[in-house]
Amino acid sequence: MRIDCPLCGSRDMREFYYQGAAVALARPAPDAGEAAWDDYVHLRDNPAGQTRELWHHEAGCSAWLVVTRDTVSHEISKVALAADVKEAGA
Amino acid sequence: MRFSGWRVLREGLTGNKGWTPHWRDPEPKPEYDAVIIGGGGHGLSTAYYLAKNHGMTNIAVLEKGYLGGGNVGRNTTIVRANYFLQGNSEFYSHSLKLWEGMEKDLNYNAMHSQRGLINLFHSDGQRDAFARRGNAMINQGDDAVLLDREGVRRYLPYLDFDNGRFPIYGGLLHPRGGTARHDAVAWGFARGADQRGVDLIQQCEVTGIDIENGKVRGVQTTRGPIRARKVGIVVAGRSGQVAAMAGMRLPIESHVLQAFVSEGVKPVIDHVVSFGMGHFYISQSDKGGLVFGGDLDFYASYAQRGNMPMMEHVMEAGMTLMPMIGKARVLRSWGGIMDMTPDGSPIIDKTDTEGLFIDCGWCYGGFKAVPGSGFSFAHLMATGEHHAPAAKFRLDRFRTGAGLMDEEGTGAQHNLH
Amino acid sequence: MRIAGKGLIDRARPVTFRFDGRSYDGFEGDTVASALLANDQKLMGRSFKYHRPRGVLTAGSEEPNALITVGRGAQADPNLRATVQEIYDGLEVRSQNAWPSLDFDVMAVNDLAAPFLGAGFYYKTFMWPAKFWEAVYEPIIRRAAGLGALSGKHDPDRYERAYAFCDLLVIGAGPTGLMAALTAARAGADVILADEDARMGGRLNAETGVIGDQPGHAWAMGIVAELSAMPNVRLMTRTTVTGAYDGGMYGALERVNHHAARREGVPLETFWRIHARRSILAAGALERPVAFQNNDRPGVMTAGAVRAYLNRWGVSPGKHVTVFGNNDDAHRTARDLAAAGVHVAALIDSRADVLVEGAEFPFYTGAQVCNAAGRKELEAITIRTASGEQAIQTDCLAMSGGWNPTVHLTCHMNGRPRWDAAIQAFVPVPDAVPGMIAAGACNGVFSTHACLKAGVDAAGEALSALGKKAGSVDVPRAEDGAYAMEPLWAVAGKGRAWLDFQNDVSVKDVKQAAVENFRSVEHMKRYTTQGMATDQGKNSNVAALAVLADATGRGIPETGTTTFRPPYVPVAIAAMGAGAQGKGFAPQRFTTSHRASVAMGAPMIEAGLWYRPSYFPKAGETNWRQSCDREVGYVRKAVGVCDVSTLGKIDIQGPDAAKLLDFVYTNMFSTLPVGRVRYGLMLREDGHVMDDGTTARLGETHYVMTTTTAAAGQVMRHLDFVSQCLHPEWQVAFTSVTEQWAQFAVAGPKSRELLNGLLGAEIDGESWPFMACGPVEVSGVQGRLFRISFSGEHAYEVAVPARFGASLFDLLVKRAEALGGGAYGMEALNVLRIEKGFITHSEIHGRTTAFDIGMGRMVSAKKDCIGKTMAARPGLVEEAREQLVGLKPVGAVRQISAGAHLFDAGAEAVRENDQGYVTSVGFSPDLGHMVGLGFVRRGMAREGEVIRMVDHLRGLEADVEICHPVFLDREGERVRG
Repeated sequence: MRIDCPLCGSRDMREFYYQGAAVALARPAPDAGEAAWDDYVHLRDNPAGQTRELWHHEAGCSAWLVVTRDTVSHEISKVALAADVKEAGA
Repeated sequence: MRFSGWRVLREGLTGNKGWTPHWRDPEPKPEYDAVIIGGGGHGLSTAYYLAKNHGMTNIAVLEKGYLGGGNVGRNTTIVRANYFLQGNSEFYSHSLKLWEGMEKDLNYNAMHSQRGLINLFHSDGQRDAFARRGNAMINQGDDAVLLDREGVRRYLPYLDFDNGRFPIYGGLLHPRGGTARHDAVAWGFARGADQRGVDLIQQCEVTGIDIENGKVRGVQTTRGPIRARKVGIVVAGRSGQVAAMAGMRLPIESHVLQAFVSEGVKPVIDHVVSFGMGHFYISQSDKGGLVFGGDLDFYASYAQRGNMPMMEHVMEAGMTLMPMIGKARVLRSWGGIMDMTPDGSPIIDKTDTEGLFIDCGWCYGGFKAVPGSGFSFAHLMATGEHHAPAAKFRLDRFRTGAGLMDEEGTGAQHNLH
Repeated sequence: MRIAGKGLIDRARPVTFRFDGRSYDGFEGDTVASALLANDQKLMGRSFKYHRPRGVLTAGSEEPNALITVGRGAQADPNLRATVQEIYDGLEVRSQNAWPSLDFDVMAVNDLAAPFLGAGFYYKTFMWPAKFWEAVYEPIIRRAAGLGALSGKHDPDRYERAYAFCDLLVIGAGPTGLMAALTAARAGADVILADEDARMGGRLNAETGVIGDQPGHAWAMGIVAELSAMPNVRLMTRTTVTGAYDGGMYGALERVNHHAARREGVPLETFWRIHARRSILAAGALERPVAFQNNDRPGVMTAGAVRAYLNRWGVSPGKHVTVFGNNDDAHRTARDLAAAGVHVAALIDSRADVLVEGAEFPFYTGAQVCNAAGRKELEAITIRTASGEQAIQTDCLAMSGGWNPTVHLTCHMNGRPRWDAAIQAFVPVPDAVPGMIAAGACNGVFSTHACLKAGVDAAGEALSALGKKAGSVDVPRAEDGAYAMEPLWAVAGKGRAWLDFQNDVSVKDVKQAAVENFRSVEHMKRYTTQGMATDQGKNSNVAALAVLADATGRGIPETGTTTFRPPYVPVAIAAMGAGAQGKGFAPQRFTTSHRASVAMGAPMIEAGLWYRPSYFPKAGETNWRQSCDREVGYVRKAVGVCDVSTLGKIDIQGPDAAKLLDFVYTNMFSTLPVGRVRYGLMLREDGHVMDDGTTARLGETHYVMTTTTAAAGQVMRHLDFVSQCLHPEWQVAFTSVTEQWAQFAVAGPKSRELLNGLLGAEIDGESWPFMACGPVEVSGVQGRLFRISFSGEHAYEVAVPARFGASLFDLLVKRAEALGGGAYGMEALNVLRIEKGFITHSEIHGRTTAFDIGMGRMVSAKKDCIGKTMAARPGLVEEAREQLVGLKPVGAVRQISAGAHLFDAGAEAVRENDQGYVTSVGFSPDLGHMVGLGFVRRGMAREGEVIRMVDHLRGLEADVEICHPVFLDREGERVRG
């Protein structure tokens, strides 16, 4: 697998660290309630298909990336800087 | 038909013409007392124990592919009871005891071999952590022996004691740990369940779960609707999709774990060896293949296949630990779908829907749990009460924080366990 | 026997090698198999289960029978294929899986017991008595396990791993691959052409056909010559592409030096990771045997293999050869043999209505071979025709059940091949591997001309995907015959007809599996072990599937497909793990004081990837405890020096630096004055402790954070996460400076005295109070000084740029020694911190909360921070949780051991009574007894209670008292002194 880092170009997956679903971008408010926090930290859609997830270019530029990837075919359709995605409010 | 050496002999002398099917291929009935979704190891053992322990024989196992085609047929076959946290300790201890009587019980030789498992450690700190684990195993009534470096050398003289990247300080030996022939476990439970009247229905994919007024009514399948008042979901990596049919969202992310087998070589590795620093474990099958694996590939996947970085990492670990395996050639690699939970421990529980039960979250440790999981899940489905050894496998522990069982201590990130 | 005038071997270069101790002659270009056949040595191996005598079946890497061990001692290399292993002078080869000899193998007795050892027999027996499995049955089974043997010694050979990148990877250099590579290369693409063989050309080297006006193999040489002159082409011979992976990644194994004696500096094998923007699979096809009784006799082989031995190696595997097939292609074998002057005893075609024009040999149509005679060497076959059965004397049978396209790589990413009824074989589905085009024989196209054209077309398609334009390439003239065949999988009859040769799976076994309801192809394979041998079923899966389909009354496509997993050919663990042996597995990180510590005799121990000194032994000390006690004394009574550079150091700057710290730490850092240091506790978002450390404020917008050695990477990633994923609006930047600064703890009552001789300006309690920090000049070098302590003593950490680390360490140690102190190592450091109740990852092991370690009050109520909400979950704050306590021995046994469990006094040591466990222990020279830290249920409220410590593993039991985790100077007077 190779990931097209927006800053570094196409790189082997071994340069990256995988964290999990991109829900991690949407941190609830401290008072959002038990269910919202359970959702954020534990529950996952876990789709067999397209998913948005967070990868960190740890052995590269240190950018966190939002990668849109298919969990069945492993095909990557989109890569964006997590900071850009967050600032755009997604 | 009862299997025995005598039967093999008699059939051999009469041209092997008398063998009969291990199980039937029944048509699904319109209604059962209970259906189990998933004909893997856990589903089949659940059906077996429902019939055997609870007299529930009007039940069916619905399998979308073929029996035992999931993780039970694609793992590294390790059987052990070496956990240290309450909840896990009693469960795996119970499961191992079931293993020890299983072949006689099932009249099926699953080649369960208690050849001993050794977990290596490489620092004082790791030794102390393994001491805590070993003492917990003994507190539970299981067995453990703390080996120093020379002790390990007596068992595993072929390790690189002199030049490996992480010096070998010693190991925790679990004498009752070992391996089994994975397919045979699935087939043995399938045959046992079938003999007790359970309908094992292959090529039957569940496409919907019927729920009315908070109660389960049955399932929709590719072979038509089936009514049932009790439904058990036992689908490992596919738990998320099946649970979604009942409107549930699970604390599970599905990941790929690779495993490898080498060409057959004459026996050189008699034990199961686990090298935590390298995320590597290995044993040798009775056919001669080295069976080994490592860590998750780390990314969510349903593909049942992995990529080269983790494959190479596993080989690297093997080479630093036991460079004598260098000339063994990897014959096959494969991947399984691991249902990873936020604390690395499983779930056996009721759901908010009456009559709907779930057994999932076995991460990459489900094989050794096959008998225990089925036993406990059958108990829950039949009686509505949690079976004591599995009573801590609750779904709500993540929400409440009570009773988390994070053996790795890596926290609520699914792929780190 | 060798045939004069035939073959591509170099007859001017004779080669001598040994097989099972006997010397054989061959020529350069021979494989072990061709050379042995040239010497009429047909018996080459024994099968796995029944130890049946076996000869060579194929001429390629798919060989199931002729497996050999090459070399001796630690270099002994088992399970190599005689059909692939090239010979060289001095090569030493041994047969496998036979005892005492290949010729007389006692285990062949298994064959007589075969009626009792059929498919899955072991699942049905060996169950009684239960204890006998490990004690009796399994050892017997294991004694029979395996094929070749590993040496049991550390692998002494060199292997390598490498990366390669290209526009187009062409897999296979037969007619298709050569044309594809040529077309793409001429269009300017970067091309890698990889072929398993030592000689490119594929089947062209094994056939007599003509391309254009040259023999096929000569045409291939010409193309190879053109390609090798092009700078944008890389030719890789002896290189098997083993796997297709995501994103255009391919694994490939290059057998760099298997064809020669070991050469200094040359690896035996190289495992390649190739990234290709596009690839063309031109892997050809594999011929399949026909199942009939005793079809495994040495001398029975595939028809294509017989042609290969004849045309490529100038060898006829027999003097009186018979040919049996269900297709036209098999006829070539008879024609080539006859043309070479070899006696063809018969050509037997299972099809009724076929013609052979001008045959110079007996020709039987509508006939089948139904048995073979001769145990260690084929002597005769029985054929069945419309007029009955008859025997034919023959010493070699060339058989062909048709050809299977080599679809394997197209299955590696879960692609399922499609059944093509016309050729009775599976063919790839398009795009089974993204970016890969299957072309030529592996795509079901069998004529030479069609393959040449397929290569050009596939290259054109790949080039257009690469944005390049193909030039016009002429497709040369070549054979363009149709491939006509009728299915024939297994000849009816009694006896055992073999499918999987190596694993000894017969047609009967597959039928029995079907009877026992192992009707799914996956069940059948697993039950019978069909296809599980080292050829991964390349020779047998399709036929076995056909037999299963027949036995279950289904068609082949309804019964299932065969799928293949990587690697295509088995790959040595040493190749894929090359470089990791010994210390190569993980990087080694060394501090600037490493050499000095080693010179002082300190045993170096691992701390993550770092090495740190355990203790510094002095003359006269006989064990580590003496050294440790002495070093603890340095710090408690004089001054000690310890390298703490391994702690993670993160430089954080920007207007929002304080905001970031407030958010990742439970406590406040925005309120920290410039020139001060504060201890901080960091949680994971799930509310458990992630790490701890000190952070210094060097300026209004400038902080330096320290992390534990173990968590440095994790914390760095976490800061990246918070600043990019949660708060990209914050103006803050940070970078790891762990390796840029060498940092030393100077601890003890004389620490200030030591430093004052070194610093540019004198320090005192007023200018440098506890928790002060700032820039200093250290022997003329700009450095930093932090007044912090991990020992509870008056202490500092002094940091200088790493290039000055080694000299500063020497200086500090000398000055410490002059003051009655010296260097201290990890053992002393551990005792010092336990005496003070300071935690490490032994305590914050990922399951503990701030509350558990007595730091609940450090979670600021005034602000949000990572982990705060989840840390408030009821289960994480309940009173019954295990809490950090100190432990000291109070009974007759004065020992505490880490990893022991704790129980109420008098309670049985069983899980149900478990109250906690010991995490860290050490001997306190000041207190004169052992001290420990541990976790006990409701521990903080149980101070003074005596409980039972049990360490079953070390046979230790002691009464210990629960006490406050700070054993020394609880008021903290020394640290402020």
